[in-house]
Amino acid sequence: MQTHLDISQVSIEFPTPNGPFKALDGVNLKIAKGEYVSLIGHSGCGKSTVLNIVAGLYQATQGGVLLDGREVNEPGPERAVVFQNHSLLPWLSAYENVELAVKQVFKGKKSKTEMRDWIEHNLKLVHMEHAMHKRPDEISGGMKQRVGIARALAMEPKVLLMDEPFGALDALTRAHLQDSLMEIQNELNNTVIMITHDVDEAVLLSDRIVMMTNGPAATIGEVLDIELERPRNRIQLADDPTYNSYRQAVLSFLYEKQRKVEDLDQHRPKADPEEKLADDSEEPARESA
Amino acid sequence: MSRATQTTTSVLSEYLSAEAIGNLLKTLAIPAAGLLIFLFIWASGAKSIDTSLGQFPGPTQVYQQSVNLIAEHNAERDKEVAFYERQEARNAKKLEKNPDAKVKIRPYTGKPTFIDQIGTSLITVMAGFVAASLIAIPVGILIGLNSGLYSALNPLIQLFKPVSPLAWLPLVTMVVSALYVTDDPLFAKSFVTSMITVSLCCLWPTMINTAVGVSGISQDLKNVSQVLRLPFLTHVVKIVLPSAIPMMFTGLRLSLGIAWMVLIAAEMLAQNPGLGKFVWDEFQNGSSNSLGRIMVAVLVIGLIGFLLDRIMLLLQRKVSWDKSAVLR
Repeated sequence: MQTHLDISQVSIEFPTPNGPFKALDGVNLKIAKGEYVSLIGHSGCGKSTVLNIVAGLYQATQGGVLLDGREVNEPGPERAVVFQNHSLLPWLSAYENVELAVKQVFKGKKSKTEMRDWIEHNLKLVHMEHAMHKRPDEISGGMKQRVGIARALAMEPKVLLMDEPFGALDALTRAHLQDSLMEIQNELNNTVIMITHDVDEAVLLSDRIVMMTNGPAATIGEVLDIELERPRNRIQLADDPTYNSYRQAVLSFLYEKQRKVEDLDQHRPKADPEEKLADDSEEPARESA
Repeated sequence: MSRATQTTTSVLSEYLSAEAIGNLLKTLAIPAAGLLIFLFIWASGAKSIDTSLGQFPGPTQVYQQSVNLIAEHNAERDKEVAFYERQEARNAKKLEKNPDAKVKIRPYTGKPTFIDQIGTSLITVMAGFVAASLIAIPVGILIGLNSGLYSALNPLIQLFKPVSPLAWLPLVTMVVSALYVTDDPLFAKSFVTSMITVSLCCLWPTMINTAVGVSGISQDLKNVSQVLRLPFLTHVVKIVLPSAIPMMFTGLRLSLGIAWMVLIAAEMLAQNPGLGKFVWDEFQNGSSNSLGRIMVAVLVIGLIGFLLDRIMLLLQRKVSWDKSAVLR
């Protein structure tokens, strides 16, 4: 497969009062067209930083990102981002939010009616046609995220970047959205980089899971290819041995190889990110059962 | 069954009416009581203050004077109508004799009444306020977006913000009379002077609040704008302005309040025919009615200030995208 997106030797340093802080060190990743890649790691390991560099919102200190052989050095609609907290403009309706993106990207390329059809098409894709003209404060969190996805899809991006797209949603809504996303992905076959800290989500959605080591100077620890047939069904996969072995692999990376060092109080039960992560994926209980 | 429903409804309606009465008490009766107590203290206090212009006016005298002022206004209007009628009659006669005769209508030059002066004041304050807003909002947006510009302008803003209108006025008067020289002035000099003084004093709250509102836009929305590569103007119109509107209106309301306050002082000194001049003229006039008439002006000034603020609030409700926000 040909490389579509090439992240090569990316390092980044942030200036702090106590000297530069090296967040990422030598991240290398090649992504083919149509591939769905998840980045997983503990909180604060720099997953979002990688995404922001690909998006062009941050500039790498060393190394760089090539998209179709061209260097990425500023944000642009060909690398659309789905933000964790939806980032819809609260004063515009769902339709108008997508319209803002479509008008910007397809100015002069689509006629007015084509644009309208395209906006409606994308909102239908995420099942939001019934609430097209509602404003973000009138719809639920899951629906807002759907509109955020529609906005990103409507830009027809070369790479779709998703920064913990379902992180702020409850488990049921999250499952619904994951199913919707798989359905859309079957149809469009986008190139996607998704950040997540949900192990099930990563295995269910991805072609490849990239596991990151803990920061500072975080880098890629392991890469796991997920060779599961698509379309995938979460209920059937629940006792699929391959699926479970993938989960096992990711979990063992996160909890054994990259066990997060607790620097303050070893026995503090809930307050650190690792435990929260465990809660998110409902892990320890099921693992021991 | 039906009886049971009936009793429930009657109980409900009784309860509702009790609540309605309670609400009525809260919204009307309590403020009314406050007003009555104020009037009582005013009336009894006024009797014991003797000035060289007679007793300090109590509520009754003020009421009489307000009736007088309206009557004077009506009388003046009648005079004006009569004046124009006379002219028209005279012109018609002239035309009858000689159809080619040139006829003129001379404008009426009676002295402005209290109500005319309210009108002038309102026009002046709005002109000054609009001029100030037209400068303050764009500048506020620019310094809110660019921290370098903000650092450059902030010391100046902090320096000029506390300056009293009375300090500006002599300078403005001299500058206006030096620069505003035309044979056929569209506006009176006194009007321009008052307007500029008002503008100079009410620029700052709008500017500062707009800047704060603009600089407080969430990083998420800025990221969206960057990813979409929105051009500068679209960015300002679609993202900056809507998010800055609440702060901007806070500034505009403060500015309008200041503008109205400054205007009265400016008119007194610039002799612009408005409420400030009315107060000053009455003070100079020094008749036994003067204090009462000034008191009418004081109350009217307060009432108009309050109404102006309410109008801004209505405007804010109309413009604001967040209809659920509580505005007061």
